[in-house]
Amino acid sequence: MATPLPTPGVGRAPTESTDTGGACASCALAPEATRLARLGLDPGRYSHVVALAGNPNTGKSTVFNALTGLRQHVGNWAGKTVARAEGGFSYGGVGYRIVDLPGTYSLLSASADEDVARDVLLFGRPDVTVVVVDATRLERNLPLVLQVRQITGRVVVALNLVDEARRHGITIDVRHLARELGVPVVATAARRGEGLPDLLAAIEQVATTDDPPAPLRLVHHDPELERAVATLADQVAARFPSLPNTRWVALRLLEGDPGIEAAVRDGSLGDQAAPTVEAAG
Amino acid sequence: MTLDELPRGDRAVVTSLDIRGGARRRLMDLGLLPGSAVHAEMTSPLGDPTAYEIRGALVVLRREQARAVHVEPEGR
Amino acid sequence: MSTDLLEEAARLRRGLPDDVGDRIVESLYTDATRLAETSVDRDGTASRLTVDRALDRVLTHRVWGFVAMGVLFFGVFWFTIAGAAVPSDLLYTLLVENGHAWLRDGAVALGVPAVVTGLLVDGVYLATAWVIAVMLPPMAIFFPLFTLLEDFGYLPRVAFNLDRLFARAGAHGKQSLTMMMGYGCNAAGVTATRIIDSRRERLIAIITNNFSICNGRWPTLILMGTIFVGAVVPPALAGVVAAGAVIAVVILGIGVTLAVSWALSRTVLRGESSVYSLELPPYRPPRILRTLWTSIIDRTFKVLRRAVVMAAPAGAVIWLVGNVHLGDASLAGHLVTALGPIGWVMGLNGIILLAYLVAVPANEIIIPTIVMLTLTLGAPAAGATPGVMLELGDDAQIGTVLVTTGGWTLLTAVNLMIFTLLHHPCSTTVLTIWHETRSVRWTAVATLLPLALGFVVCASVAGVVRLLT
Repeated sequence: MATPLPTPGVGRAPTESTDTGGACASCALAPEATRLARLGLDPGRYSHVVALAGNPNTGKSTVFNALTGLRQHVGNWAGKTVARAEGGFSYGGVGYRIVDLPGTYSLLSASADEDVARDVLLFGRPDVTVVVVDATRLERNLPLVLQVRQITGRVVVALNLVDEARRHGITIDVRHLARELGVPVVATAARRGEGLPDLLAAIEQVATTDDPPAPLRLVHHDPELERAVATLADQVAARFPSLPNTRWVALRLLEGDPGIEAAVRDGSLGDQAAPTVEAAG
Repeated sequence: MTLDELPRGDRAVVTSLDIRGGARRRLMDLGLLPGSAVHAEMTSPLGDPTAYEIRGALVVLRREQARAVHVEPEGR
Repeated sequence: MSTDLLEEAARLRRGLPDDVGDRIVESLYTDATRLAETSVDRDGTASRLTVDRALDRVLTHRVWGFVAMGVLFFGVFWFTIAGAAVPSDLLYTLLVENGHAWLRDGAVALGVPAVVTGLLVDGVYLATAWVIAVMLPPMAIFFPLFTLLEDFGYLPRVAFNLDRLFARAGAHGKQSLTMMMGYGCNAAGVTATRIIDSRRERLIAIITNNFSICNGRWPTLILMGTIFVGAVVPPALAGVVAAGAVIAVVILGIGVTLAVSWALSRTVLRGESSVYSLELPPYRPPRILRTLWTSIIDRTFKVLRRAVVMAAPAGAVIWLVGNVHLGDASLAGHLVTALGPIGWVMGLNGIILLAYLVAVPANEIIIPTIVMLTLTLGAPAAGATPGVMLELGDDAQIGTVLVTTGGWTLLTAVNLMIFTLLHHPCSTTVLTIWHETRSVRWTAVATLLPLALGFVVCASVAGVVRLLT
């Protein structure tokens, strides 16, 4: 990766954008924006941090723009959003800071983008992670959702591009999906402004709940592996009692993930539990 | 048969991936897992690469990448 | 304590098969598939729309695919040039002719010292206004058009069609797209290389982007083609030959891009081809009005910012160089004399080289600067003021001035066309390259390699021509 790794918490607006706040009135969201004010980049007045994750080319940037008002242009082209962006919005009188993570297919493949996304989710402890998913490509996008779910329970799935799905004759059983994942799933068509009020409501609900769902436990089909994970997970829980996602950490340790090993070594994994508003630096 | 040998227009099912590590994961990210259905959709006018329909998406693979994917053809 | 944990993990890992990592991943993907299957209902038809299939059959066809590419990109260029003509003229009249005159009169009326007026009005303002007038309309047309093609979903098909060429050159397939962006603006082309994941291939794309002729350089090429190249053939053929000359340079640029990519990938940027990842998304009807609006606003801001940040200081430098005197000549005079020999070797002249030196922030003001320098240094009585860029009535006039006062020949013009292709990137692009690579070394390579190539090629052409005549 040629661009410097953005450290979680240190963001910069992408160079290809302009903030045309004055254009708010003309955009499709204006009628529904009664509770939504766009603050642009204003880290000072927020109470919650939202991380925006998703595969490349899912319309993640459109969702980001719709929430923050940055008029960034989005092309029909996979892999375009590489630099991270930050923005802010207020909803229900409360300020939210939103971080747009690089588009990644998974958190496992060890590319710089994926490391960044993983680090923000694991160490940054966002209050909500919104995973944007392409409704026309659900199979392809779910692996990332499942991985995010393994790390945290504070997730909202934005099932985007439902207008495209309709055009292709695809219907998604949103309730079933939400039940299986254990988190809210909101159908959206961000480029038309569809579904955004529901998305905001879901974000608020997840950010403020005292009782989020537990991280997802995927049982491995391989009994040997399952045993090893269970054993190690117990030990991880013993060493870091407040960690909610011991299985995930155990898996990464078994894989020999250098980032996680370093976090174990210097004890920073244990800082996980303390809730905080700031993304770690 | 390997994926690069699949005639244009034919369908197949992936049987195995003959590659390790990061490149293997990238192929899986694109939807190529044992059991996935693939369809050789079209080839570039210059001969390489080829676009394969995998799980609803059109994914472009160069010959050397497709060579690593073993498939069982299913005819047209 | 922690080491116990890590040791335990290592111990457990040893007891598991080597491919445990792969198995974990597969397990995850299997779960994802199952979940998707139970949640998604396709209405039975093929997942690719018929219209998409039909479009792809044409747009990636052995013959029609290339025809379509040619037509579309030629169309974009033509539309940009034709569409920008009127707005550029309007802006020029408003900002450069009237604006300059008005500011000048105002400054004189207010009793502002001549030096200040010269520097600020003739130098800074004039260059800024010039860049805005010449650059804003083409950029405001080219980029929205390009973006519409992108929105529509066509651009990945171009990468798909041309991939083999780039693969052979050791480059990434998506370089075809960043290369195309460079025809609008090289800084935008460099930023666009973010779509290439591997650093090695990204650097190749960045270094070679300068061989895409950005909007700012087209006027120079077109002018040279029209005045000089077109002039050597019968008037009936002049237009076609002039266009042919410009196209020849563009094709040369593409050739150089591939050749330099190949050379880089065999020498300093050797390495593995990254795991290729290109998807052909479904065609999507572009939201034309919204795209045009967003893109035009975005581009306008960028051009204005560049004009103020880059062109303004350049204007100051141009004016100073023409008006600061050292001994018996102006700085410009001295520099032109010093650069003369190198200029001669390259089949150009000292004035051209000086112009490229001071106008590094903006390719658009090369010709006006050359004309001004030619007149003020060559024929001081010709009515031009030192340091004040100017445009003459029409192309024929420019041609006359360059030939009679400047001593230009066909060789000069042709080599200028070549040098237009093969010279250092503009300052905005250099800064963007630095920003994207964070490496002084690679920024230097990207800046100096084209210049070195330009020197070698121009000198060779000049040498051959002189040998033959």
